[in-house]
Amino acid sequence: MAEQRRSPDNSDTRPGGLRRRRFLGFLLAAPTLAIGVQLIDPKQADAAVPSPPLPEEIFDLGDLQNLAAAPTAGLISVVVNADGTASFAAHRAEVGQGMTTAVAMMIAEELDLPLAKVHVTLADARPELLMNQLTGGSNSMRSIFLPVRTAAAIARQQLVAAAAKQWNVAPAALSTANGMVTHPNGQSAGYGALAVSAAATTTTQVAVPKLKSPAQFTILGTPRNRIDAHDIVTGRKTFGMDMRVPGALPTMVARPPTINGTVVAVQNAAAIRTMPGVTDVAAVSHGVAVRAQTFGQCIDAIQALQVTWGPGTVDTQSDASVLAALKKAELPMVVPPLLAQTVDAEFTFAFASNSPLEPDNAIADVRADSAEIWSSLKVPIVAQQEIAAQLGLPPSAVTVHVVQGGGSFGRHLFHDVAAEAAEISQRMGKAVKLSWSRTDDFRQGRTHPMCTSRVRANILLGNVVTYEQRHTSVQTSFSHGLGEMITSTAAKLPVAGNLGFAETIFELSQSSPYNFGVTTQLLNEVPLEFNTGSMRNIYSPNVVCAQELVVDRLAAKMGKDPVEFRREYLKDPRLLAVLNKAAEVGDWGAKLPAGMAQGIGVHAEYQGAIASLVEIDCTPATVNRQIQDGIGGPRVTKALIVVDPGFAINPRGLEAQMIGGMNDAIALALTSSLHIKDGIPLEGSWDNYFFTREWNTPLEMQVIVMPSTSTSPSGAGELGVAPSFAAIACAYARATGTMPTSFPINHGTLGFTPYPLEPSTPQSPVDGLTKTF
Amino acid sequence: MPSHSFILNGTQVSVDVDDDVRLLWVLRDLLGVTGPKYGCGLDVCKACTSHINGKAFNPCSVPVSQIKPADEITTIEGLPATVGQDLHPMQEAWLDQDVAQCGYCQPGQIMAAVAKVKQVKAEGREITDDDLDQIRNICRCGTYSRIRAAIKAGAQQM
Repeated sequence: MAEQRRSPDNSDTRPGGLRRRRFLGFLLAAPTLAIGVQLIDPKQADAAVPSPPLPEEIFDLGDLQNLAAAPTAGLISVVVNADGTASFAAHRAEVGQGMTTAVAMMIAEELDLPLAKVHVTLADARPELLMNQLTGGSNSMRSIFLPVRTAAAIARQQLVAAAAKQWNVAPAALSTANGMVTHPNGQSAGYGALAVSAAATTTTQVAVPKLKSPAQFTILGTPRNRIDAHDIVTGRKTFGMDMRVPGALPTMVARPPTINGTVVAVQNAAAIRTMPGVTDVAAVSHGVAVRAQTFGQCIDAIQALQVTWGPGTVDTQSDASVLAALKKAELPMVVPPLLAQTVDAEFTFAFASNSPLEPDNAIADVRADSAEIWSSLKVPIVAQQEIAAQLGLPPSAVTVHVVQGGGSFGRHLFHDVAAEAAEISQRMGKAVKLSWSRTDDFRQGRTHPMCTSRVRANILLGNVVTYEQRHTSVQTSFSHGLGEMITSTAAKLPVAGNLGFAETIFELSQSSPYNFGVTTQLLNEVPLEFNTGSMRNIYSPNVVCAQELVVDRLAAKMGKDPVEFRREYLKDPRLLAVLNKAAEVGDWGAKLPAGMAQGIGVHAEYQGAIASLVEIDCTPATVNRQIQDGIGGPRVTKALIVVDPGFAINPRGLEAQMIGGMNDAIALALTSSLHIKDGIPLEGSWDNYFFTREWNTPLEMQVIVMPSTSTSPSGAGELGVAPSFAAIACAYARATGTMPTSFPINHGTLGFTPYPLEPSTPQSPVDGLTKTF
Repeated sequence: MPSHSFILNGTQVSVDVDDDVRLLWVLRDLLGVTGPKYGCGLDVCKACTSHINGKAFNPCSVPVSQIKPADEITTIEGLPATVGQDLHPMQEAWLDQDVAQCGYCQPGQIMAAVAKVKQVKAEGREITDDDLDQIRNICRCGTYSRIRAAIKAGAQQM
């Protein structure tokens, strides 16, 4: 057995020793060259976790995920095929964030193979990976950057060894480039020709070579287009909704008029079964399922179904009652106000929907002794376990395929639709392709729940000496696997006591970036039974928005410019650097007409540092512009994001995530929310839930990626939302002269006529040909 | 069951289905043409945007009985053939700008963009920010700034 060598220590100098990881390499028994790697020595990471004053600064949510993934991270493999391509089944979901492209770049880099020759697919649920198959917390790049590169580097080493053996030369004399091994004498061979001879009949351990240093990178760190871009623009990319599985006919569900309502009786099931195209009707836990030749015929059946519904879980709740419950649960401040030297503020954030554009969907084919599921799942192992339990099957009898998702934003952390598809398939005894309707997604799907954030800061002798933030939220469900991850690592976490899942995640993801003396940020939750879950950036958009608005107030109280004030109080030099860059490039302090203003927000999370600077137009002409079936309101006209991602794997993909984060932030700050009335949201379409549209997106959008400050990537997928939300709120306050305290700012006015609650899915219009252009 | 015939991406097709089934489901569920996406079925999100006789429309809101045998329906799959190329200039612009994130809305975005540019060109003018502001297609990933850049670049090549 070859001597095991250390992969190079990561030069990240943070005290968290998690990045000093080592791997075992294996040559796997396979027809062509296949390399597996396994992480070893997680205890080293354990010992390196220091005891912090504020947990997030040195041990964050991503570190938790890295730690949970440590014992199994290595069970991943890169295969070199006989046609000279490489394959990798990624143990993460692709939902638009560009994971597959970044992974392909890692493999192409270490393997010296053209990017186009790397195929990345999505792995089925692999229970042996335990907690290392969870896509969330902006952690994928951080946790797989080294293992995937290591596997590819070993593959390259084995190809070289195979060529050296064939040519009877020393491996050191050979070089690799562009998918070829070459000897200085001109002899060369493609990887495809070597892949079979390099293959093994038994699995053996092999040496782990040194990875490339960033100075040697030709692919990593360079801007690359998405590997699936061509398939996307030609309509060939296959999402869950586009998959065809034999016998899996379109299926939809007629749903109750309140969240989590139940079926008491179906009056006309027999008549529904005779409707055109309809094959099956079955009552299930939260509705009546209809299977038909087309989704259109399912919708027709939903119009005709007569159902007696039982109560849901929050039938008496509306926006006002939820807010009252939150106010009652707010934790007290500890430090008394110092009268004129105190800033006290309280903010309310409405329910928001994490629904992506592709409606939740899943294919399920449940048989007597087995089941097969296809769905976009970020935690497929938990889905497999829970669906197996629900069906009364052993987990090994349930195959769960992860398919490409048309967005997620947190929604696909949960497998609600897959579980429902399995229930329906079992009940009908047939395969089904279940799609929730758009209205189902908004009204019955998971939400980012309403919350309040109270802040008190005290100034003494020209200095901010205390900062207290009390965040109160309807409970957020983390029952998708992150909870298990916390349990499995509980003894290693630097948060004390018996904090619940939500509180733990709050403490691991939140920290004040300012030197404000005595600082406490606490979460309290109200146990109302809404369907909730994480939404992109979880707590941070709300917490940071409240924080930055108060920071602007503190600056004003002390007679200082907002940027100047932040420069004085920021702790982290990386945050200071992005702040300064944003102020410079964004021309901070530029004179703007009345009703227009700039705003700035900063944030550090996932080991990244970021500043957003926006200009907002709150002039009456803009605010009152007429938008058909939509709302205008204030417009962010210019937006700038400066991001320090540690190391940017793919600057073009990173920039895309920042642009997306900004548009998310515009929606959260200004336009999009759910209005809860008598146990259900009123929103039923994208012309009700006002996510950012073309008429509200910035006319100028710029992203600056700072030079690398690390050899490790930070998390990026969620990073842009919080500081951008804060910057928009601060700009709005400066443009109008009034600090907003309720978000989104238009929540108080219902800007649409709600669809009826029954039928739960409205019928499609018939006048499409009158609207051509 | 009634039979319906129309020209789909250059080929005459017929399908047996009830009159009121919306064209989107005929395309997706019966003919297997999945470029036009289901995002709402309410003529709101515009993810299914395709062309009828060269103009943008949303098949989720058109009963198949309203489509005549001579009507030319073009989906994203048939767009390149309308210019006799492997890719339409707007698709090329989309690649150049690396517009897509999840990609679910992008077929509809591209079809809407082509129609909007044609409409503006027919009026004898260049595309403006006001024109772009009128496009209703949702991108939940929020790629709007790249969409706008791609439409302006693609328009130059159309």
